[in-house]
Amino acid sequence: MPNVAIVGVGLSRFGRQPDKSGRRLAVEAVQQALHDAGVAWPDVQIAFGGSDSSGLADTLVSDLGLTGIPFMNVKNGCATGGSALLSAMSAIRSGAADLALAVGFDKHPRGAFDPLPEEWGLPAGYGEAGLMVTTQFFGIKIARYTREHGITPTTLAKVAEKAYRNGSVNPNAWRRQPLSAEAIAAADMVNDPLTRYMFCSPGEGGAAVLLASPSAARQLDDAPVWLRAAATRTRRFGSFEVFSPAIQGTGTPSSVSSDAATAVFEAAGVAPCDIDVAQLQDTESGAEVMHLAECGFCEHGEQEKLIAEGETEIGGRLPVNTDGGCIANGEPIGASGLRQVHEVVTQLRGRAGDRQVSGRPRLGFTHVYGAPGISACTVLER
Amino acid sequence: MASTQQTVALAGSRCEGCGAVAFPPSERCMHCGVYGASRIRLSTQGRVWAYTIQRFPPKSPPYVPPPEGFRPFAVGYVELPEGIKVEAVLDCEEFTDLDAGSPVSLVATEPVPRFATVSHQGEAV
Repeated sequence: MPNVAIVGVGLSRFGRQPDKSGRRLAVEAVQQALHDAGVAWPDVQIAFGGSDSSGLADTLVSDLGLTGIPFMNVKNGCATGGSALLSAMSAIRSGAADLALAVGFDKHPRGAFDPLPEEWGLPAGYGEAGLMVTTQFFGIKIARYTREHGITPTTLAKVAEKAYRNGSVNPNAWRRQPLSAEAIAAADMVNDPLTRYMFCSPGEGGAAVLLASPSAARQLDDAPVWLRAAATRTRRFGSFEVFSPAIQGTGTPSSVSSDAATAVFEAAGVAPCDIDVAQLQDTESGAEVMHLAECGFCEHGEQEKLIAEGETEIGGRLPVNTDGGCIANGEPIGASGLRQVHEVVTQLRGRAGDRQVSGRPRLGFTHVYGAPGISACTVLER
Repeated sequence: MASTQQTVALAGSRCEGCGAVAFPPSERCMHCGVYGASRIRLSTQGRVWAYTIQRFPPKSPPYVPPPEGFRPFAVGYVELPEGIKVEAVLDCEEFTDLDAGSPVSLVATEPVPRFATVSHQGEAV
């Protein structure tokens, strides 16, 4: 299949911006991506994008310009950005366009998400009883995982400590104050064994990626980053997901993240051990721990040693969430997947400043996970 | 309490083809995708597969706190002999009573499944 190049990336500021709408953050991200690629909005031939709760992406044309291009709205939870990217990639590969945009954005109010059970195909009782709380799922999943695989509370605290430390050297991050593992571990429990500072918060931000065919890319960038592969998956029978009244089947649940990661590595023709820099969904610190193994970067239980030895730090063997991830940037649902791509592209270009991974990283990986059991992954190459 | 245990049961379904058990009951099997699942009563005894503690009051709506106000509660999955793990509110004396696969019994089905540890049921009686 023809290669697809990433010729432009853009990111709005992340974190609370009371004076700006979610759509405004999206427009800022798109303008940055256009500037980064050295193109203008009328050059874009097709667009895909979405937000979870901040409006329709196709309305952005009223700010960007009424050029008449096809613009498809994507609403796919945490995989919104990934699905938009996959669609843009497919448009380039099919020959439908030479320059395609993927954009994601959101602006969520303070506090936990408050989804309605009816919208998730569940009886109203789940809302009344207090079970429509996303953080519960992460608490339950990591509680089981720590017991089965010997992951300690110290490791959970160290993952969050890394997120805040990486955020402190990322000028665009929301949380820029380093926090010690001790302070993180001693904070109020939200959903045991996870404390307040181990969770990301619903937040605000926009992210945009411009994709190009090889011929269009040659005119714009003599050394683009290539989107080697992208894959999205929904849950299979027997998986354990947010808002599941039951885990069906018997034995150990399957993982949609494993399914998406396996698919993307197969499509890219590379293995997890080839990856130089990675972004893994860190809704909370336990998620990063579990996703390391689910995406194939280590065996279950090996994270304890890996993290103790600093392997996932910016200076480690596999730097993970170098921009501070969701924990330091917050979670604007529609934007996070493309924020991850933005960060890996920035690392592969060698322009990540104080948080730059050394040794000229060549291959990068991104992964999101979300309700009700979706995952989107990419492999990127310089 | 003993009579409650006998009458309260969760309705599930079992696929006539592959035998997969579902909760809530469904007409179409989520494993093999075909129609033809029959209704069954799920076991009322199981073991705690995993749990967490809901430490903060969920947003209202949709949450309806109890008349005496919100108190932290345990929520998790109970593994039944059928192999399926059912999400439930878990009643106990101490949260640590739920550790390491504690046996629990079904005590209510609405608004969501509710299981209790043996000691908690003893207290209740």
